[in-house]
Amino acid sequence: MSKGRTILTDKRFELTLQRLAHELIENYGDFENTCIIGVQEKGVILAERIHKLIVETTKYEHLQLGKLDITFYRDDFRTRVEPLRASSTEIDFLIEGKRVILVDDVLYTGRTIQSALAALQDFGRPDQVELLCMVDRRFNRHLPIQADYIGIRVDAVDEAYVKVEWKGYEDRDRILLFAAK
Amino acid sequence: MAETKELSSKHILGIKNLKPEDLHLIFKTAKNFKEVINRPIKKVPSLRDVTIANLFFENSTRTRISFELAEKRLSADVVNFSAGSSSVKKGETLLDTVNNILSMKVDMVVMRHPAPGACAFLAQNIEANIINAGDGTHEHPTQALLDAYSMMEVIPQLKGKNVLICGDIKHSRVALSNIFCLTKLGANVKVCGPPTLIPKYISKLGVSVEYNMRKALEWADIANVLRIQLERQDIRYIPSLREYAQYYGIDKTLLNSLNKPVVIMHPGPINRGVEISSDVADSDQSIILQQVENGVAVRMAVLYLLAAKRK
Repeated sequence: MSKGRTILTDKRFELTLQRLAHELIENYGDFENTCIIGVQEKGVILAERIHKLIVETTKYEHLQLGKLDITFYRDDFRTRVEPLRASSTEIDFLIEGKRVILVDDVLYTGRTIQSALAALQDFGRPDQVELLCMVDRRFNRHLPIQADYIGIRVDAVDEAYVKVEWKGYEDRDRILLFAAK
Repeated sequence: MAETKELSSKHILGIKNLKPEDLHLIFKTAKNFKEVINRPIKKVPSLRDVTIANLFFENSTRTRISFELAEKRLSADVVNFSAGSSSVKKGETLLDTVNNILSMKVDMVVMRHPAPGACAFLAQNIEANIINAGDGTHEHPTQALLDAYSMMEVIPQLKGKNVLICGDIKHSRVALSNIFCLTKLGANVKVCGPPTLIPKYISKLGVSVEYNMRKALEWADIANVLRIQLERQDIRYIPSLREYAQYYGIDKTLLNSLNKPVVIMHPGPINRGVEISSDVADSDQSIILQQVENGVAVRMAVLYLLAAKRK
């Protein structure tokens, strides 16, 4: 892999997370009947961070957090060169009639989110679903899917690769842009 | 141990030709599917473009229903076939029967057959992925996988643990697959049964032999109890089932007299009062019904991993 360029440093990263959490607080009020669902694996880290910020700010402990693995819902698992490995799904509540905030780290082609929406249906019929992502690569979409809350927009060619690094998993929080994978 | 993302084989013919890392991949995937089958909606769309034929040339209740449920919960299209109601009775060969079914565009075949090696023979001659659901007295790989998975739910690390397999070892494909599977996972395996029902060279497989049931149970952490397979016995190996029950039957009195609890397993069908008494089969020590539940999850994992390997 070529050497990456940092496009979001740790200081700005934290500010962006704060902004996303506050946007949700502004729109969801008391978070009644609301849950946050992170898409495995990196989306879960983002979901946990956002959830923690919201609970710290609002003290709304009832805001539920779930983890969703979409491996079994992917439409490309038999055509990929690299085999996929499943992670765990941990949603111990029904989402029937709930407001769902779906969270993923990078929104790229939109296929992951398409699979996630299909997977969500197996846990009930949500009242509404909104999408939050840290990075929106807005010119690389294959499907008509858009995010409602966006950390940073990255306009890059198809060959480029965006990597979000998380404190606790890597050295520090930051977002890197690589010319090629 | 090196982790793998993909099975090393295109077919599941027996545990013998699987690698330890294949086993761990299957167990890990099965854990994910166990979560799926405990959801309100127990279905995922993974295999919606896959057609699977279940060919049962021999009777089965559990395995057949378990495979069919696993296939349907993965959204595969399923065709069922049983020898009793087919052209096999009219004299068609196995290869002709299967080729006819495959020409209707079937991607995978799950087969149970009375002849040992029937699945290996098919694998050499046809394109589809083959899963052995029991071939004569040879192997029953998915049963061994679900047995090991169920054991690991109780005792997560089987390495160094003592597992006893008792009963009709000679005629049991479950015993052979269990032996291959458990030794690959590093467990100590002992077999116990009447001398006539224990193959002469079984120790070559890395297992020890005990003829006294009490001594064997005192050694064991887990006991997998097998049925006497009268239908496969061409001569009399034991004087009577009553005598077998007296010497090798496991009842509550025997278990209570041991100095430690032993996990009791049985692949079914149970002959209550012969190899195992009702109070043991239905006790807290027994994980027989968990085995059945895990059977669906493990078979979903095997089907999913084989489908992922196809292209």
